[in-house]
Amino acid sequence: MTPEQAPEQERREPARAAGERPAVARRSLLGWGGAGLALGAVAAGGTATALHNDSADAASDAGRAVPFHGAHQAGIATAVPDRLHFAAFDVTTEDRAELIQLLKDWTAAAARMTAGHAVGEGAFGPIPESPPDDTGEAAGLKPSRLTLTIGFGPSLFDKDRFGLHEQQPEALVDLPSFPGDKLEKARSGGDLCVQACADDPQVAVHAIRNLARIGFGKAAIRWSQLGFGKTSSTTPDAQTPRNMFGFKDGTRNISGTDTKALDEHVWVAEKDGPQWLAGGSYLVARRIRMHIETWDRTSLKEQEDIFGRDKRKGAPVGKAKEHDEPFLKAMLPTSHVRLAHPDSNNGARILRRGYSFTDGTDGLGRLDAGLFFLAYQRDVRRGFIPIQRKLARNDALNEYIQHVGSAVFAIPPGVRDEDDWWGRELFS
Amino acid sequence: MRPVRLCAVSATLAAISLVAVSGCAEKADAGGEGAIKVTATDDSCEVSKKKFPAGHVQLAVENKGSKVNEVYILYPDGRIVTERENIGAGTKAKVTAEIKAGEYEIACKPGMKGHGIRQKVEATGGGKTAERDPKLDAAVAAYRDYTLQQAEQTLPKAKKFAEAVKAGDLDKAKKLYAPSRIGWERTEPVAESFGDIDPKVDLREDGLEDGQDPKKDWTGWHRLEKSLWKTEKITAADKKLADKLIKDLTDWKDRVGKAEITPTSMANGAKELLDEVATGKVTGEEERYSHTDLVDFKANVEGAQKSYSLLEPVAKKNDAALVKELDKQFSALNKLLDKYREDDGEDKDDYSFKSYDKVGKSERKELSDAVNALAEPLSKLAAAVAK
Repeated sequence: MTPEQAPEQERREPARAAGERPAVARRSLLGWGGAGLALGAVAAGGTATALHNDSADAASDAGRAVPFHGAHQAGIATAVPDRLHFAAFDVTTEDRAELIQLLKDWTAAAARMTAGHAVGEGAFGPIPESPPDDTGEAAGLKPSRLTLTIGFGPSLFDKDRFGLHEQQPEALVDLPSFPGDKLEKARSGGDLCVQACADDPQVAVHAIRNLARIGFGKAAIRWSQLGFGKTSSTTPDAQTPRNMFGFKDGTRNISGTDTKALDEHVWVAEKDGPQWLAGGSYLVARRIRMHIETWDRTSLKEQEDIFGRDKRKGAPVGKAKEHDEPFLKAMLPTSHVRLAHPDSNNGARILRRGYSFTDGTDGLGRLDAGLFFLAYQRDVRRGFIPIQRKLARNDALNEYIQHVGSAVFAIPPGVRDEDDWWGRELFS
Repeated sequence: MRPVRLCAVSATLAAISLVAVSGCAEKADAGGEGAIKVTATDDSCEVSKKKFPAGHVQLAVENKGSKVNEVYILYPDGRIVTERENIGAGTKAKVTAEIKAGEYEIACKPGMKGHGIRQKVEATGGGKTAERDPKLDAAVAAYRDYTLQQAEQTLPKAKKFAEAVKAGDLDKAKKLYAPSRIGWERTEPVAESFGDIDPKVDLREDGLEDGQDPKKDWTGWHRLEKSLWKTEKITAADKKLADKLIKDLTDWKDRVGKAEITPTSMANGAKELLDEVATGKVTGEEERYSHTDLVDFKANVEGAQKSYSLLEPVAKKNDAALVKELDKQFSALNKLLDKYREDDGEDKDDYSFKSYDKVGKSERKELSDAVNALAEPLSKLAAAVAK
């Protein structure tokens, strides 16, 4: 898996890996390969093109490949598939060159896996005495719109680690503690993160597993989280998914085709600095445990008051349809929608991409379930932090939720082409 | 050892490995014409012919020494073609075998232990000689010596432990428990390849199947571990088990020479030792009562490192970067383990490590990460020697 054992030429040799996949994977690679290259040249247009296909025919599209290369990383504005495996890593090597090599190896593997190919020399060889490069559980599966998105945590920029201290963005600081937080260290933080989204959970898990394997000796998984259902979408035409409380939330999420809103609220602009982050973003990840059983005993009226929405249709209080403009003053001052609305937050907006999770039960027979909240934004100091400060103080929902994990990452811009790699701008 | 059983073992081995060899000392006819005379003393092993035609070969052995002797015909990698044990001082014995053309060694082992005194011989003509890599043969032969040495060093330590158990000396038995396991832990994949010895000596209680009775079916180190640390009582049954442990370990020692060892199995054996660490020691499952997991941990790593160091010259030629990475990760893991030593670190044979129940969650995570960091590249060693 390291380049010493599998020279770059061989690893990109498509014939071997393509042979292991059904024709579908090959076709999607060919079809999208061209698009991907073209997208590299256009900034936000790339995302729009990709999304057009999604919203047009999302169902029949499930399974195809999402272009890996582009101005922005896929997995932010691109359509949200239903499954997630998110992993935070500690970098264990102290050697900057090794870290760079890891990022290059990861980039090469990510490019292959998102195209539906096995990593390295594949899953069934080359010799019987040695374990195959690829772990094999995704062999024969479609690319499944797999996206892999990398992020860099604040601790990566610590002094005396990799010489990155000067490059640390001002906005990339550990989140302040919010009232009611009960954060577990073992579910928080991380030097690196990789978000894997896919239609097929096995494809997402395969991706994280293989990246973790490539990382052994250089990076170790600190924590990881599976998500089984999206709770937000970047495709407004599609049905808004329900969260584990049974509500449609995130109705007014930023659309993946709304380039103006993306530029204003999601992508870091050149003038924002630092230079290496231009075209990137910031990600806040929060594991929010929901007290499912007590919520379920709450009357419908109270549930709807807490959210500020009708449960059946998702319409804001006093309105008929989900997408009707909410009239905030009709809602309780402590209602979730009212508090989170941009109008209550000086226009602050974030792109939400969260997933429902259920990690079995907690030993007391209660579901260990909730929302794995993921939000992308241009600046956490004008996005998540003020919004969450308000929610943590006032949200009526707090009685039924608890934030137990937290992390923040700077998301570098996209990998432009075959010669580019994750983090090149930061390390060059 | 019973010679009758030996015959069976050799024949099975030969059949499995599809080598035209059948060695059975007992069936041998009287050494007639063409027999190779082997004259053994306490410090020599003379062979009358060093080149002979392949096919039916007969050794006429005479022990002129004062010690009980053994005579072996060995492949270049040290695996046994055939053997004859228990040749008393002043007695004669005959050994026969069907041998393909190729190089072999004849070994005498005065006192029936150690590397023995060896003579290189060659069977000529008839049939093709299998291509062999002398460097890999040397690595396998050296590893076989190592496993034998580990077994031979383990027995006296295990006997001391068994004696303490039989004397009912709880404290002494506790002290001798972990050290008695070191040689075993270093070479466990070889012992496991025999199939039946491992469950007799190293089974944990949860390894029993439904319907098996721990009182009857659970034997070996870990049952004694439970008595020493959990119930803190040495019973009459435990004392019998101590004897059985020695019997089973003696069986292990006697069979090491017949183990099928190849360069690939050495490499994968090293990886398996790290697997043992990853699944049993890092979790604290292996030594759940004594909490001496770090002693086993260290021994597993040492055994893996031994295999690796013997294969290193060949691996280096094929994959220099892998060798560099393995050197680095072995050193990092050993350094990390040194942090848990409770001796002064001066005496490398003193295996006094921190009790594993005192090793915290984040420390275990760090150990686990270091094991993964080594085991992952180690899984590629087989490919580097098989090239």
